[in-house]
Amino acid sequence: MSSPADSQNPERLEWHTIKLIENPVYRYGLLGLVLVYLFWSVGSLEVDWVRAARGIPRAGDMLSRMFPPNFDRWELLSRELLVSVQMAFAASLFGMILAVPLGLCAASNLAPRPVYLVARFIIILSRTFHEIIWAIFFVKIVGFGPLAGVLTLIIASVSFISKMLAEDIENMPPGQMEAIRATGASYMKFLVYCITPQALPRYLGVSIYRLDANIRHSTVVGIVGGGGIGQVLAASFKRYDYDFSLAILLTIIALVFLGEIFSNWARSRLR
Amino acid sequence: MLTVTELAKTYPTGTAALKGVTFTVGEPQVVAIIGPSGAGKSTLIRCINRLVEPTSGSVNLEGTEITTLGRSDLRKARRRMGMIFQEYNLVERLTVMENVLSGRLGYVNFWQAYLRRYPPSDVAAAFKLLDRVGLAGYQDTRADALSGGQRQRVGIARALMQAPDLLLVDEPTASLDPKTSRQIMRILVELAHELGTPALVNIHDVALAQTFSDRIVGLRDGEIVFDGTAKDVTADVLTDIYGEEDWSTTIRKDDEEDEDGEDPGDDKEKKKDKGFIREASSG
Repeated sequence: MSSPADSQNPERLEWHTIKLIENPVYRYGLLGLVLVYLFWSVGSLEVDWVRAARGIPRAGDMLSRMFPPNFDRWELLSRELLVSVQMAFAASLFGMILAVPLGLCAASNLAPRPVYLVARFIIILSRTFHEIIWAIFFVKIVGFGPLAGVLTLIIASVSFISKMLAEDIENMPPGQMEAIRATGASYMKFLVYCITPQALPRYLGVSIYRLDANIRHSTVVGIVGGGGIGQVLAASFKRYDYDFSLAILLTIIALVFLGEIFSNWARSRLR
Repeated sequence: MLTVTELAKTYPTGTAALKGVTFTVGEPQVVAIIGPSGAGKSTLIRCINRLVEPTSGSVNLEGTEITTLGRSDLRKARRRMGMIFQEYNLVERLTVMENVLSGRLGYVNFWQAYLRRYPPSDVAAAFKLLDRVGLAGYQDTRADALSGGQRQRVGIARALMQAPDLLLVDEPTASLDPKTSRQIMRILVELAHELGTPALVNIHDVALAQTFSDRIVGLRDGEIVFDGTAKDVTADVLTDIYGEEDWSTTIRKDDEEDEDGEDPGDDKEKKKDKGFIREASSG
């Protein structure tokens, strides 16, 4: 019988953790290469410091013309703000609904391999392009306005929620699923009896988070013509109505704040 | 009656978990399956209800050949086999009652399952079983609020809700403390006898297997190497199943208080075996 104590190296007093890269030449060599690349890339940026310096008084000018914020056109502001909020809500709702089948298909432990691969491909494809690119695309197809914005946000919401749902299902302990399958339950009963109760709280949480995100993103897609408050903001900048721009920005900040507060409150209630 | 013939399973990784297992459970008895980790105990149980697809061989339950069934017939066959798990495998966010009633999922239709509108007879049976396993009043507690022993009681009730012809029990006590283990085994064995349902029980604890089972099957490297009663389990048998070890403290002694294994009418054999076990444990 040998215990760990007397097995080997009885006199060994030194010990250190295993390094990620064991060989010190490679370890420090890699670090050196990263530093060299960092300096090289900063050096090759060709920043025109003179132009940058000239921007400072211009920024000051812009800021001074922003104050005080001008809420005279509050009717336009509130109307378009409402459009943005409606866009966010509509996109979240459609996203939630469409994400369920896609998410189920994208869970490797539920879907057959070919279905899984197709679903994952759809999710990856819709996540490949930034929302701005989707927005430009939809503006070209359906013209300026909220419809293009909503379609953009639906794409973003579906891919986000379905990805989260699929990953949540994949992380479920296999035992519960095994037990329900062992009772002789059909696939649909298995879904409502095992997957639904286990995945629902997180699915709702992710959806509410997405609603919050959609409120923020609805302002961005507006800038490229997707309707709502973002479109008004872009127009105000173009016309140098900086005081109105500031009014819009302050409104957006307030809206996003409220969205965040609501989202946190609602998600804390889901347990 | 369950007949398993030349059942074999080779996993895609090349591991041969079962190499032609043959046995019959002809009467309502509790059969303990013992054997080292990796001997194929879990695979055996899962091949019977085809949670694991067997590679070859036959499983016949009450005249139905299980291995060749199509999907919907397999579901019908599965509802006749209640399964109990080591990790209880309750749906954590559902209540005790919902978990117990999930044993009826193979019988009710989709809307009954979705809306939890079970027939009154099912609800009555569920309350009765909850009472029987010692969880009266717990019906609305969420499964994730229960202790290990309580969860396993729900697991037993769920399996019995299926009104099964066979119980498949996979390490029911491996996650429980010794006292709870005995309680769970006692409930399980009592109910199996009461309802006349044969049970296959994978179990690590040899003493527990000896105390509570009617019959013990020893599995080693995917093959049956022992099939007998608790009294036939000797140091030599255990060495054959598990390998060389000092078994004197493992084998249940006969003078120990008998929890459940009273077998009246076997007195003669008992006496004979007593000497045998003494001999084995001193050696």
